[in-house]
Amino acid sequence: MSNIIELKNVNKWFDKFQVLKEINLEVKPKEKIVVCGPSGSGKSTLIRCINRLEEHQEGSIIVDGNVISTDTKNIEKIRAEVGMVFQQFNLFPHLSILDNCTLAPIWVKKLPKKQAEELAMENLTRVQITDQAIKFPGQLSGGQQQRAAIARALCMEPKIMLFDEPTSALDPEMIKEVLDVMVDLAKGGMTMIVVTHEMGFAKEVADNMIFMDEGRIVEKAKTNDFFENPKSERTKLFLSQIL
Amino acid sequence: MIFNILKPNKKNIQTYLAIGVSLLIIGFIDIFSNTFLNFNITGFFPNIISYLSPLILGAFGLYFIRIEYSGNKTLNTINRNLNSSNFNAILSLIVIFILIKYVPSILNWVFFDANFLGSTKEDCTGDGACWVFVRVWFNRFMYGMYPDAEQWRINYSFLVLLGSIGSIFILPHRFKKYIILFLLFIFPIIALNLISGGVFGLKWIETGAWGGLSLTFIVSAFALIFCFPIGVFLALGRRSDLPAIKYSSIGFIELWRGVPLITVLFMSAVMFPMFLPDGTYMDKLMRVIIAITLFEAAYMAEVVRGGLQALPRGQYDAAKSLGMGYWRMHFLIIMPQALKLVIPGIANTFLALVKDTPLIFVVGLLELAGMIGLAKTNPKWLGMATEGYVFAAFVFWIICFSMSRYSQNLEKKLSTER
Repeated sequence: MSNIIELKNVNKWFDKFQVLKEINLEVKPKEKIVVCGPSGSGKSTLIRCINRLEEHQEGSIIVDGNVISTDTKNIEKIRAEVGMVFQQFNLFPHLSILDNCTLAPIWVKKLPKKQAEELAMENLTRVQITDQAIKFPGQLSGGQQQRAAIARALCMEPKIMLFDEPTSALDPEMIKEVLDVMVDLAKGGMTMIVVTHEMGFAKEVADNMIFMDEGRIVEKAKTNDFFENPKSERTKLFLSQIL
Repeated sequence: MIFNILKPNKKNIQTYLAIGVSLLIIGFIDIFSNTFLNFNITGFFPNIISYLSPLILGAFGLYFIRIEYSGNKTLNTINRNLNSSNFNAILSLIVIFILIKYVPSILNWVFFDANFLGSTKEDCTGDGACWVFVRVWFNRFMYGMYPDAEQWRINYSFLVLLGSIGSIFILPHRFKKYIILFLLFIFPIIALNLISGGVFGLKWIETGAWGGLSLTFIVSAFALIFCFPIGVFLALGRRSDLPAIKYSSIGFIELWRGVPLITVLFMSAVMFPMFLPDGTYMDKLMRVIIAITLFEAAYMAEVVRGGLQALPRGQYDAAKSLGMGYWRMHFLIIMPQALKLVIPGIANTFLALVKDTPLIFVVGLLELAGMIGLAKTNPKWLGMATEGYVFAAFVFWIICFSMSRYSQNLEKKLSTER
């Protein structure tokens, strides 16, 4: 099967500081990858490069056959196919949950309003917050907001979903409701790249684990191998601290 | 020991209340007799003490009635609101005394001693304001030199304006869009043609004859409508990644913010025609409106930019990650939130704009304040400046206060916080 995402020798600098070093990564359709590593290791930057919220300076990134370039039309096309969920939810506070979900389908994919609303309700049901549809983001709990954000991304019917520490800003008891939705999504066959520290979730859904440190991919392995016998010392140290 | 005795407490509440209230009453009798009867009951004290005696008496009075948890609801309310500490007690007294001393005399001047009837200055026999002046000149204050027989044209435009604004609130929601479009694009053209004439057999009335409050409205309305979108685009331009757009926006904003409006108006009248090709002509009023519009647009741009900067980066990220391009992102996500944040700032700029319109007198256009300035120099009405400008202040205050109320309502209506 051909790769849906391909990163080749990607390098990125913030001014003089190199945040990504020689990143090579291949993701197959329906593959689930969990990225972990200490803070500042470049995990978020890596997935933000995949839909070009960050610009990389060297190497090539191919998403679903499109090479990421400076061409804005091309970037918008890729972004419409790649859903993203953020640590801080980033719902649009001036719109109701339903409008949050229908806005992009209506304006970017040009769906008729009625169809967009049906799609939105379908996805809100999927994340189990149908009853919150007419409320505004400020009226929802953190867990509900994050689930709404997932529904919003799903409404664009993306082929790939990126999760940037989706549970790090949540109260402990809300983490589970978000993870449940993500597990459900993974079982549905979505291609997912997840940056998270939730190792239980990683063991349950991930096909492959990636460990990053100081801008490099230190280790990439099948999930079982990664937890049972990590190869590099750095990974062992990290795992001993986090588990 | 003595301070302990003098400290009011709940045990001897009756005694303290009696002492405190009687001191307060003496203080108030003092200030009343001073103000209204011209008799100083504390005149036997040295000058300064006699002058401050109501304050001193009142402060002691309030001190004695400051009893916490007294069990009396009224007393507690008074203590909480006017008398929570010695300093607050004195502040409360000063404010109350100032009101007692000056409000009655202002009311007398405006209403009770004022003259409303008559047709010349000589009819004003009372001590108060001579509102006859405003009544006689009212027509000029509203319409300037616009011919009497044609004033229905201004009235009609104004009624259509009021009617369509009113219908926004009355008609069902789905018509709102069309009425706003009508107000923004069709109404200005109709009103302009109707007021200036020269079409459909209407008599041509040159802009030099326009004036009074109607001119205030015309200048403000056009400047308001145009300065807002220009300001929004300038704000976006200033944050643009394209150097050409960025630096021309910065240059424009800093140039217009750096010069006084009055010089801009002068230039629009005197210097601008020199740059026009020979034979072309642009109306003075139009030049002035353009000048005010661009001037206020620069301020508007900075207000809007403030809102843009207050938005978290996550909103941009989220909009981009959904595949929105620059314009969709800004007009669906960023602007609605940024503008909501800066409603107070926008209202501020709009109010400043309305109050800046009198400056157009420097190019010979006379709106409300300008017409009053002209009327007060009429030999038959000399010495009426106070009445005229109080009237102008009142009219401007009504306009600005309603705009301010509207902006507060808008803020409340658009709030999506819980």
